[in-house]
Amino acid sequence: MLLQALLMLIVGVVAGFAGAILGLGGGIIVTPVLTLVMGMDIKYAIGASIIAVIATSSGATIAFLKDDVLNIRVAMLLEIFTTIGALTGAILAGIFNATVLFLLFGCLLVFQSWNMYRKLRGTASEVPSTAHDPLAAKLRLNSSYYDKQLKQQVDYQVEKIPGGALIMFGAGLASGLLGIGSGSFKVMAMDGMMKMPLKPSSSTSNLMMGVTATASATVYFFNGSINPVIAVPIALGILGGSTVGSRVMQLLPARVLRMIFIPVLLIIGVQLILKGLGVNI
Amino acid sequence: MPHENDTLKAELNQIERTIGKVLRVGVGLAGLVMLIGLVLLIITGKSGYPADTWPTSFSSILTGMTQLKPVAIMMFGLFLLILTPALRVIVSIFAFIKEADYIYVAITVLVLLILIFAIFVGHS
Repeated sequence: MLLQALLMLIVGVVAGFAGAILGLGGGIIVTPVLTLVMGMDIKYAIGASIIAVIATSSGATIAFLKDDVLNIRVAMLLEIFTTIGALTGAILAGIFNATVLFLLFGCLLVFQSWNMYRKLRGTASEVPSTAHDPLAAKLRLNSSYYDKQLKQQVDYQVEKIPGGALIMFGAGLASGLLGIGSGSFKVMAMDGMMKMPLKPSSSTSNLMMGVTATASATVYFFNGSINPVIAVPIALGILGGSTVGSRVMQLLPARVLRMIFIPVLLIIGVQLILKGLGVNI
Repeated sequence: MPHENDTLKAELNQIERTIGKVLRVGVGLAGLVMLIGLVLLIITGKSGYPADTWPTSFSSILTGMTQLKPVAIMMFGLFLLILTPALRVIVSIFAFIKEADYIYVAITVLVLLILIFAIFVGHS
């Protein structure tokens, strides 16, 4: 009992630290470790994973609030779509064949990884969007943040909100179905579609993950998919790990963050495709 | 309009700081309850329930807590953790009311309603 709890605590610390740095929910690390390394039932891995997502988000949010990077209005608006998606995903998880979705999401992540690699080679610095979007202005989504790396205030505009909302629904669906934070999808929607800079995208994504995961975690909690003996030590480990991770993340430049993101997205993508094809690594 | 932008920024800072404080208390409390449950489980070596089972309803978790069953306490801690983001949504509603930003009051209320709906789905 003590050994297992200690092991889960370590899984939590590592997942929390890495998750916060990458803007991921930590769930992407928890599920493979629990199923592939420890041979645990995927049902309980997903249950523990969704708890890990909430713990990562809450732990990281505490640090981010001080740093004043996140965009609370963007988070609130898009949470409408992620929570509806998450709820749909959690309901579908019981009745739906996930094979097609595994493949679809896997391919999408591989594509995004390639896309980010291409962008990284094209431009060296971040150029915030200056396009005027009437809907973004009406919803007061445009904001600014202080970039520690550039040592200056960066103003940015938000655009293509309907497209972002659609990706957010998909992100919520993946989160509810697979017990992941869908951080990469959320960053994809904000950074890729809505042209928000990467740092506010990452920290806003972290904030949204908690609310999104709460929708599906509530379903998993009451239907018995969350085993407390597994989930509690992981959650406690993550609360520690993510607090440290999100502080370190602030000191990294956007380029390094992207570089870290590329192989992570690729690995997760390939992993999802293999899972969809029924291949166990 | 740099001046209006500054006012908006100050408003947002205020909202974010309030939410931060609430989150900190919520996460701290959830962490503490989970830790107590886990320490009790390790010390006693007994979960309080048959192997690989745990309480999943409000009433059975509360009953188990009054009997100081470690796993019931852990489940309660997990529930508090799940509630923390919902608490953030509730506080945000009041923050947006205070700022008289009614579009965002409506948006945030809608998010809360979806989360409440999730509780009903989980129960069924």
